[in-house]
Amino acid sequence: MEFEPVIGLEVHAQLLTESKIFCGCSTRFGAPPNAHACPVCLGLPGILPVLNRKVVEYAIKMALATHCRINRENGFARKNYFYPDLPKGYQITQYAHPLAEEGFVEVETEEGTRRIGIIRIHMEEDAGKLIHDERFPSSYIDLNRAGVPLMEIVSAPDIRSAGEAAAYLRRLHEILVYLEICDGNMEEGSFRCDANVSLRPRGREEFGIRTELKNMNSFRNVQRALDYEIERQRRVLEEGGEVVQETRLWDDAQGVTMPMRGKEEAHDYRYFPDPDLVAVAVSEAWVEEVRRTMPELPLEKRRRFRREYGISAYDAGVLTADRALADYYEEVVRGCDRPKLAANWVMGDLLRLLNEDRRDIRDCPIPAAFLAEMIHLLEEGAISGKMAKEICEEMYRTGKAPRTIIADRGLVQITDESVLLPVIEKVIADHPNQLAQYRGGREKLFGFFVGQVMKATQGKANPRLINELLVKLLTG
Amino acid sequence: MELHALTIHELQDKLRAGETTAADILASVCRRIDAVEDKVHAYITLTREAAELQAAAADAAIRRGEMEALTGMPIALKDILCTRGVPTTCGSRILADFVPPYDATVVEKLRAAGAVLVGKTNLDEFAMGSSTETSYFGATRNPWDLDRIPGGSSGGSAAAVAADECVAALGSDTGGSIRQPAALCGVVGMKPTYGRVSRFGLVAFASSLDQVGPLTKDVEDAAILMNVIAGHDPREATSATVEVPDYRSFLNRGVAGLRIGVPREYFLAGIDPEVRVAVEAALGVLEAGGARLVEISLPHTEYCLAVYCIVAPAEACSNLARYDGVRYGFRAPEGRDLLDMYKQSRSAGFGAEVKRRIVIGTYVLSSGYYEAYYKQASRVRALIRRDFDQAFTRCDVIATPTSPTAAFRIGERIDDPLKMYLSDILTISANLAGIPGITVPCGFTAGGLPMGLQFLAGAFQEGLLIQAGAAYETLAATGPLIARRKRERMPLD
Repeated sequence: MEFEPVIGLEVHAQLLTESKIFCGCSTRFGAPPNAHACPVCLGLPGILPVLNRKVVEYAIKMALATHCRINRENGFARKNYFYPDLPKGYQITQYAHPLAEEGFVEVETEEGTRRIGIIRIHMEEDAGKLIHDERFPSSYIDLNRAGVPLMEIVSAPDIRSAGEAAAYLRRLHEILVYLEICDGNMEEGSFRCDANVSLRPRGREEFGIRTELKNMNSFRNVQRALDYEIERQRRVLEEGGEVVQETRLWDDAQGVTMPMRGKEEAHDYRYFPDPDLVAVAVSEAWVEEVRRTMPELPLEKRRRFRREYGISAYDAGVLTADRALADYYEEVVRGCDRPKLAANWVMGDLLRLLNEDRRDIRDCPIPAAFLAEMIHLLEEGAISGKMAKEICEEMYRTGKAPRTIIADRGLVQITDESVLLPVIEKVIADHPNQLAQYRGGREKLFGFFVGQVMKATQGKANPRLINELLVKLLTG
Repeated sequence: MELHALTIHELQDKLRAGETTAADILASVCRRIDAVEDKVHAYITLTREAAELQAAAADAAIRRGEMEALTGMPIALKDILCTRGVPTTCGSRILADFVPPYDATVVEKLRAAGAVLVGKTNLDEFAMGSSTETSYFGATRNPWDLDRIPGGSSGGSAAAVAADECVAALGSDTGGSIRQPAALCGVVGMKPTYGRVSRFGLVAFASSLDQVGPLTKDVEDAAILMNVIAGHDPREATSATVEVPDYRSFLNRGVAGLRIGVPREYFLAGIDPEVRVAVEAALGVLEAGGARLVEISLPHTEYCLAVYCIVAPAEACSNLARYDGVRYGFRAPEGRDLLDMYKQSRSAGFGAEVKRRIVIGTYVLSSGYYEAYYKQASRVRALIRRDFDQAFTRCDVIATPTSPTAAFRIGERIDDPLKMYLSDILTISANLAGIPGITVPCGFTAGGLPMGLQFLAGAFQEGLLIQAGAAYETLAATGPLIARRKRERMPLD
């Protein structure tokens, strides 16, 4: 029997607000334990939460980017459970009334563009972190993370393969980073993903029994874990067994999913509306205000780049992967009006230099206008491709303008026949043997003379002109 | 009369006239505490040294000519209001050693208004009770009869005001916890509109019902305290932004033309005949004073207690989850593992009534029961609110008894939760509807116990309550009556 995987993903994205969702504490990562823990974070008696409206604004951005319906009246609930990293004994989250529902994102797969549904987007607070001391039977609590704003994005069970899941995740990631509402760092946990996966015989409507996968902290691991789990479930089903509904952890080192240890307790979170918070009223005006600040999103940008600049899908993909890179590229194009050449330079030499230094495009020492100017000079024939490479590297090192570099180093190409002719005559006169051999039929020696001319001019001679003159003089 | 027996406005007049000092007033209150506290047990913590400094500061301010609304006034705080550097126990073992690093907003406001904070008053554990018997620190007694309860949960505040152990106090009211003890102790108590007074720093019992309010010797003092504590607080999301009027401006408006609604459902079975007669007499006095009595109906009254017994414990079980022995408060030392530590700490840290409500609250929120209990209660709550909206189209204020009976004996209802919950049957509706209520003394039973008359008004109409309450006080000459009764009958001297 042929089985079809059914996958749904739950993504938690940490929002990039300065302060936490219900108090004024900083959200900065890496501070000493409990440096960002006030009475609100500590869950002290009598302390009340006050909603950070920036969190709502960011979530509205994501809702707009994913074509969701924004609930004009949405609200917070309490999810009740005991754990030492949860100071109040409940997590403030959205339950019955999430911020946004019923959206989708478009994912480009090998089979073409697919729509993956978004069931809901809601806001919630993060919990703290436990630090276990291995030497003693004691644990410590760091509440810096408690109250850091999270956004949960729940997909519909529309995903049909591990590859599609990874593509969907990349898509969400890209949108979040483009919107500048999440830094997308998976290792530090600011972009986390859990997956629900089940198999059903192809053609059947109802879903099979699902497992929940956790602990996949990279795109690659999501794909590997899903591939493994799909295969595992397939084997279970093919052997006539039944999939056990459970939570499984991905073990990166062994490349397997394992049932979470300990018997899973059936949690009853006793959700109810949080009486300390009022309904979040999202007015049409507010949504419009947010909409005006929305940047062009990656997929739209990619399509526009291909259309407007005539570059390949691959190039458009690379150039739009990062919003700042795309902006940089467009500035270069504006300056030189050579979109394809600009794409080659940005993706080639520039990205190589940046990658070598692990530098972000935002810290690029070459202003886009300089790169544009260099491309312009190259197109004019004022400099050779080789010189352009040198100039590019020097611009990168010094941040100087191409014209300054050319002037400083006397790099302007020799395009004047009256200057080049005596040099070529001297080269020929200095190599009578080679001349004789060339004239005797060893045409390969043409390259030797080009090299000598280049050497004599320190590479400044225009290659086309060298060719022209050499052909004339060597033939005699 | 001794200074401790006076009201805020009387003492302020004396301070202004230079007839006394804040230090003298505090000394008088402290002497009174020394004399009667053993019998009453109104306080959990006394902050005499800090109070002396505050009184000295008040006198210095007076000398500079800087009189604030409460300069030099010895005021007590229910021990559920957080006080920076002073233990805030909520009457519970689990918080017996808890010292907040912050003041509640109302406490900040009292300090800014020049108040002298004398101490933290006793209460039912986490404000859950109607008798101040469930406190980990022992019961408070009714100053009018030491064998009886003072009401609750703000019983310590009510008893302290009645026994002149402070000039006024703050309490909190979730289902009647200011009004019922005020009525049973013969003082004035007001529960403001939900959102009118900040809840920041009020340790939560049931967040959608809790409200801080004053317990005072007369209505004018209630108006003075309301002027200080009411207003928007950016630290509370549910705080109202409605403008605060000068509540004292309502004091002398009388009741001529005022439409007083009398809801028939509040005079039915379960009301002690003496209470009923006293309230009917009070209505007569008001009518004679020019008020128009309007018979009204609040048809969902019979469901108030049931709704309250679901909503309040549901919120409470969640609000009290933070007392887990992990970060602060009582932790049982012998826990084997995390779960065991939780169980032991909470088992030993909470008293029986708190545990009862945690269990009820957990039950009504559980999956499978949520719809039938919590959700249904929320729906009925909306109907109760609508009852009041409709009623207030026909009247300006509503008058009812405050408590169905006068003070009962200590121990009388402690083993009968349902009977205990009935103590709040007439006050709960205001919390459920979020509207303000006030109780003013309206006479004594044959046995010499005070009784209260409750007025309710629409949201943010505290001014009407002050108006009606003050008018009744004047018409019935309550002040002199209580003063005489205190001299003759209060078993403290």
